This record gives sequence, C-alpha cells and structure tokens, in this order.
Amino acid sequence: MRARSLSVILLLPAIAASLIFVYGFIAWTGFASITGWNQIKPLHNFLPDFPLVGLDNYTSLMSTPRFWTNDVVNNAVFTVCFVTVSLVLGLVLAILLDQHILGESFFRNLFLLPMSLSFVVTGTVWAWIFNPNTGINQLLDPLGLGAIRDGLLGIGFLSPLWSVLDSLHVNILRTGLTADPRASLGAVVVAAVWQMSGFVMAMFLAGLRGIPDDVREAARVDGASELQIYRRILIPLLRPIMISVIVLLGYISLKIFDLVFVMTRGGPGISSDFPSILLFDSAFKGNLWARGAAIAMVMLIVSAILVVPYLRSQLRGERQS
Amino acid sequence: MSSVRVPGRRRGIRPSRVLIYGLLIAFSIVYLVPVYVLVVGSLKTLREVNTTSIWTLPTGFNLGAWADALQPPLQNSGGIASGLVNSLEMTIPAVVISSVWGSINGYILSKWRFRGSDTLFATLLFGMFIPYQAILIPLVNLLQQLHLYDSLVGLAITHVMYGLPITTLIFRNYYASIPTELVEAAKVDGAGIVAVYRRVILPLSVPGFVVVGIWQFTNIWNEFLFAVTLTSAPSSQPVTVALQNLAGSFAALYNVQMAGALISALPTLVVYILLSRYFIRGLLAGSLKG
Repeated sequence: MRARSLSVILLLPAIAASLIFVYGFIAWTGFASITGWNQIKPLHNFLPDFPLVGLDNYTSLMSTPRFWTNDVVNNAVFTVCFVTVSLVLGLVLAILLDQHILGESFFRNLFLLPMSLSFVVTGTVWAWIFNPNTGINQLLDPLGLGAIRDGLLGIGFLSPLWSVLDSLHVNILRTGLTADPRASLGAVVVAAVWQMSGFVMAMFLAGLRGIPDDVREAARVDGASELQIYRRILIPLLRPIMISVIVLLGYISLKIFDLVFVMTRGGPGISSDFPSILLFDSAFKGNLWARGAAIAMVMLIVSAILVVPYLRSQLRGERQS
Repeated sequence: MSSVRVPGRRRGIRPSRVLIYGLLIAFSIVYLVPVYVLVVGSLKTLREVNTTSIWTLPTGFNLGAWADALQPPLQNSGGIASGLVNSLEMTIPAVVISSVWGSINGYILSKWRFRGSDTLFATLLFGMFIPYQAILIPLVNLLQQLHLYDSLVGLAITHVMYGLPITTLIFRNYYASIPTELVEAAKVDGAGIVAVYRRVILPLSVPGFVVVGIWQFTNIWNEFLFAVTLTSAPSSQPVTVALQNLAGSFAALYNVQMAGALISALPTLVVYILLSRYFIRGLLAGSLKG
C-alpha cells in the first residue's frame, strides 16, 4: 500500500507536466481557435479574453486559397512522395546490407549519418545543391546528363505525366529547381528523403535480423531464389515494421517546418508552402493568433487520426505479449 | 546446389556480389554529395565563391570562411559563435534533467506497476506524437507571463517537458530487460522504491543513460521550431536559429554558409561518429519497439 502511493507520488510531476504542457495547452489552443484574438494586443491573463466567434476562424481558413487547397494539397503530396520514396529506398538499402557484405557497419553508419544533422543544416546544403545557378545543373550538364533530362522532358507520350508533376510542384527535372514552382516541392522531398531514409533502413535491417535463419534456410531448401525469398517471405514478415515506419514518417511530414522554412520558405510564391509555414506567418509574423490556433488544431487532428490507432495497437500488443 | 550454401562462405567472385557492392558504392557516393558540398564549400575564399561552382575543389586549405561564420568582421552581422554557446548552455541541463526524470518514470512504470499505470504511460506517451504547433501559442504566452520568454531557461524547460515522453519510453523499455528477480530480491531484504532504485537499478542504468543522453542531445541541439518562436534576441538564440540568420546575412556566400552549417553540426556529428551504436539503439527505441 505504501509502495503504491509512493510510486504514484514519484510519477506525479510527470503527470502534472503532461496535463499542463500537453493536454492543457491543447485545450488552450482549441479555445483560442474559437476566439477573435486576431490582433497585436498581447495577453495579460493566462487565457485569451476575447469574444467567442465560434468556428469563424476555421471557415475563413477554408476560404483562404493559400490554406485550402494549396497548403493542404502540398502537405498531402509531400507526405505521399516522402513516405513512398523513403520506404522503397530504405528497404533496398536494408536488403543490400543484409547480404553478409564486408564493411556492413561502415555503409550502415554512412546512410544513417544525415540523421545526426538538423533539418536546418540539411536545408542549407540542399538549398545550394538545388540552386539553379550554382547547384546540380552545373554538375550534370558537363557530364552530359542534362541532355538525358531534356530528352526525357521532350518525350511526347510522357507529357501528361510531366504536366501532372508540374502542377503538383514535384517535377525535379525542371532546371529551375527551387526557383521554379513546378519543381520546388520536389526539391524539399529529395532533401527530406536524404535525411530520413537511413532511419527506414535501420528499422528494416533490425527487422530482417530478427527473422530466424531457419526461415530462409527452409525456403532455400525448397528451391526458392534469393529474390523470391525476399518477395514472398521476408518482406511480408516486415509488415509490422512497415506500418511503424509509415506512421512515424507520416507524423514527421505532417508537422514538417524547419526544412521547408530554410530551403524554400514556401516559395516561389506558395508553391512549396505548408500549413506549418502559414501558421508561423499568421501567428508569429501577423499576430493572427486565433487563426494560427485553428491551423494548429487542424494539424493536430490530422496527425492524431494517424497516430492514435497506432499507439493503441502498439500498447495493446505489448500487453498481450 | 548453390542454393543450400551459407551465403558468407561462397568462394570466387559472383556477378550478384559485384552488383551488390556496385549498388552500395553508388548509393554511398550519392549520400555523400551533400557532405562533399559542405566540406568543400566551407574551405573556399570569397574570390573562389564568385568564380567557381559549389562542385569544384578549393585551391587550398583556407579557414577564412570558418572564422567569418563564427564571428563576421562586420559589426552586428550575426555569426554563430554566440549561438553555439547558447545551445550548449541550454542543451546540457535539458539533457541531464530530462534523462534523470525519464529514468525515474521508466523505473516506476516498469518495476512498480499499479492498476492504471499502463494507462498513465499511454497518456504520457501521446505527448511524443503531437505536432508541437498545437501547444506553441499557449507555451509562448505562459513563458511571457513567467518572464521566461526569450531566455535559455525557458527554452531548456520546454525541451525537458517535451523530451519527457521519449526518455520515459526508452528507460521503461530498458528497465523491462532487467530481471525482476533482482528487484524482488532487494525487496525481500527490505528495500523500498528509492533504495531499490539506488542500489539495484541505477548501477545498471549506464547504457540506458548513454542511449537517452545521445538521443536527447541530438534532438535538442538540432531543434528549430521552439528555438525560432521562443527567442527573439541574438543573445538567447540557439545555433540553429543563428545559422538560419547567417544564411540571410551572407545570402550569396556559400562558403560562409557551408562553414556555419558544418560548425553547427560538429557536436552531433562527433557524438554520432564515436557512439553510433548507441545512437542507432535510441533511434529504434523511439519507434516504440525497444
């Protein structure tokens, strides 16, 4: 009995911190989002004392083209591209490293190295690599690769594809790169993939190492080729890890701010703009605090839809095992 | 017949091996491109910046851009030296406090579980998966009311509060691997919660603290959203914000920008290179599956 109350007491500071800084603050943001606090006047209380306006901040957001549909579509396109490319690349790297190669830890550490950098550093470097006047164009053109790119863009039957990619701002074959609204979002995707694909590789590699050797041996005895073993047996076994990776990368891309802020700051125009940038501009630059709170609530709800079922299933699975 | 051999024991060079190493080397080169740009760019002079692309090698080993990035010759034009000091002053206490606090939580949540403790854990854990934008505005307001806005103390407190879920999670999973028999034996000897922690758990916690410490250090050092919204004066800005400002005041000078980026990344890079094993462990633990 005494031990129980003592353990509760020892946990109390953490519980209090969570109740105030997480749940209390979320409720506060939700409350602020239904007030008319869209002016420079600073708060003198702990709660915003402004008249309630109902869902006005949300409806005005929905009639702002920069938010709806531009930023929402950008964030969705970014999420799909970033998660898909990272997943495929991470899986390929993990399978390559799983072949009992020499220098495995060297390669593994190399692919994971970007994870130790900040998105600000990553953004600074990639902004220069994707700068149309000094960057990748100056590397590819002398090698004759510029001609291949131009050739691809010139293929007639691919032109519908290019125009779709152009309109989604992810056609990185466009030589304007970060200065070209047709390519700017794609440039940010590349930088994000560079930073995060090593994490995916590490997750998959850990998963592959957790599969007992007899599984592979049995398949080999049955005459399956190495490729078949991966396709039919190992990759399906990696499903739970794949779900973890999708949820975690999805969560990262729904709140991403620093990389975009540093690389393109949402531009040119609003071609690579995100809700997180709009929130920053609205609240911290424009004193539209209630509108910023409304954007924050939308971001929270979308990521909760992704994360909460995952957390529940993880914790339930843990209890059962 | 080759299908039943153990892969590592194959003799001779097989085409598939050549392909695997070829692909790995090709990927390595692509992954190293930004690192090359960082290092090469940071060693160039002003003259070279104006006449060469970011891809060409520098003519010599010139650290002028490093000095400019740290402390530009012009007054009030930024520089990341003070940002480095600020980051260090803010990060170290935040790492220590959030690690120790997480260790206590993790210990109780794994070794002194009570009815409802799993629910409490889930409640705490949710804080790790919110977009921080959802708490940013009230946080700014609270820090302003407490006169902690634009201060390293306010920033450190913020990082402790929002680092708590991950440090608790990693320690909880880590302590779950310590046999309960050890704890039970100490309990039989009459040790309570605090005594078991001091005598049994703490001495076994060093690897846990290394993993959590590296993870927290990397995350807090690299963090930008809190840094840019909770500070406004250069005297309290962490290095990530200083670097971003440097890119503004040296817009055309990639040598200074690359030098600044490289210097600001050095602490986490060094930790990563020396202790990558623990870094990877933290990385995997952060995905819930300790």
